Amino acid sequence: MTELVEPVGPGAGPLRPRGAGDPGEPAAAPRWCDRCGESVAAGPHEACAAARALEPPRWCAHCRRRMKVQVVPTGWSAVCVEHGEIRG
Amino acid sequence: MPEILDQARTQVLENGVGLDEAGVLAVLNLPDEHLPAALQLAHEVRMRWCGPEVEVEGIVSLKTGGCPEDCHFCSQSGLFTSPVRSVWLDIPALVEAAKQTAATGATEFCIVAAVRGPDARLMKQMREGVAAIRAEVDIQVAASLGMLTQEQVDELVEMGVHRYNHNLETCRSYFPNVVTTHSFEERWETLKMVRESGMEVCCGGILGLGETVEQRAEFAAQLAELDPHEVPLNFLNPRPGTPLADRPVVEGKDALRAIAAFRLAMPRTILRYAGGRELTLGDLGTRDGLLGGINAVIVGNYLTTLGRPATADLQLLDDLKMPVKALSATL
Repeated sequence: MTELVEPVGPGAGPLRPRGAGDPGEPAAAPRWCDRCGESVAAGPHEACAAARALEPPRWCAHCRRRMKVQVVPTGWSAVCVEHGEIRG
Repeated sequence: MPEILDQARTQVLENGVGLDEAGVLAVLNLPDEHLPAALQLAHEVRMRWCGPEVEVEGIVSLKTGGCPEDCHFCSQSGLFTSPVRSVWLDIPALVEAAKQTAATGATEFCIVAAVRGPDARLMKQMREGVAAIRAEVDIQVAASLGMLTQEQVDELVEMGVHRYNHNLETCRSYFPNVVTTHSFEERWETLKMVRESGMEVCCGGILGLGETVEQRAEFAAQLAELDPHEVPLNFLNPRPGTPLADRPVVEGKDALRAIAAFRLAMPRTILRYAGGRELTLGDLGTRDGLLGGINAVIVGNYLTTLGRPATADLQLLDDLKMPVKALSATL
């Protein structure tokens, strides 16, 4: 499983598969909003960004798969079968 | 001073007798200028009949999503187009969550599953999970697993589950607008069995489901009739993909009126802030509610959404000079 090293949210920077490429190189930018699952190019997703303060991500920002999300009292984890786990 | 608050001062504060449905409705209909007085009275009632301590609880979802029921507010129903996927928490992660909760000073840890009622697999997971928590963590274990059979009630008692949550969610007259896959009476039946078993009854609901103010009063009266040990008060957080996704959130002042009214209906119960308060009340409103009848909080995250950091709530309680209830006080 690929493990990602940065959490993703609307407006967050790109994430990178762990161990992939030089950390100085630009990684692929998220294509999908991790809250609503729609294209990030379709709009600013400001409402999604605001909502994400109180929600974990539900959609993989890179492939739009629905992620398996577990919320616990002090954090959350979200797993995409293709792009691995992110935590917050 | 409105007549209802004069009446409540004598009846509820001095004599400990909760307001009836008509009285609750009168509080819910108070104009804004009388809201501070209602909150102040509710706070006095809470201090008189419950004391200054605040019960702190953490909750965790043992089985998330894929629920066969159609509770219209819930993102975990498998019948809606919610993005929430089904996932199970394993025992080590469950114990770790209990440890994290205990580290906040919480005395309660509630294990929740999105199910109609528990099956054999879930009961096995509960048996193992509760035993592991009781062996490693100094915290009271509560559970919320939907509708139970008598055998399951007995088994939970045997495991050492001391409190069972089963929310009625809304009043009897509005319930069919919110849930169609089971009835208010079926929920009531489980609550009766829980009470008779000796487990503490935890039963509340969600405000903002589309119920009228009259139905909010009806709900408070029905909860008072049940006389639960604890009432968790949620405010709708409209979830994407659910039938209530487009409902507005409850106005802050209406939420505070409801807190005062529910306290005046149930002077001795543990009235707990649960989900949605961050959206409905924000930081200032959260403080107002704690000074208006609330005497318990869920700290940290909820089942599928996130809450304020536990440290923020604990700092607020410290600022308000409200001590966190100690574990020894709950035993």
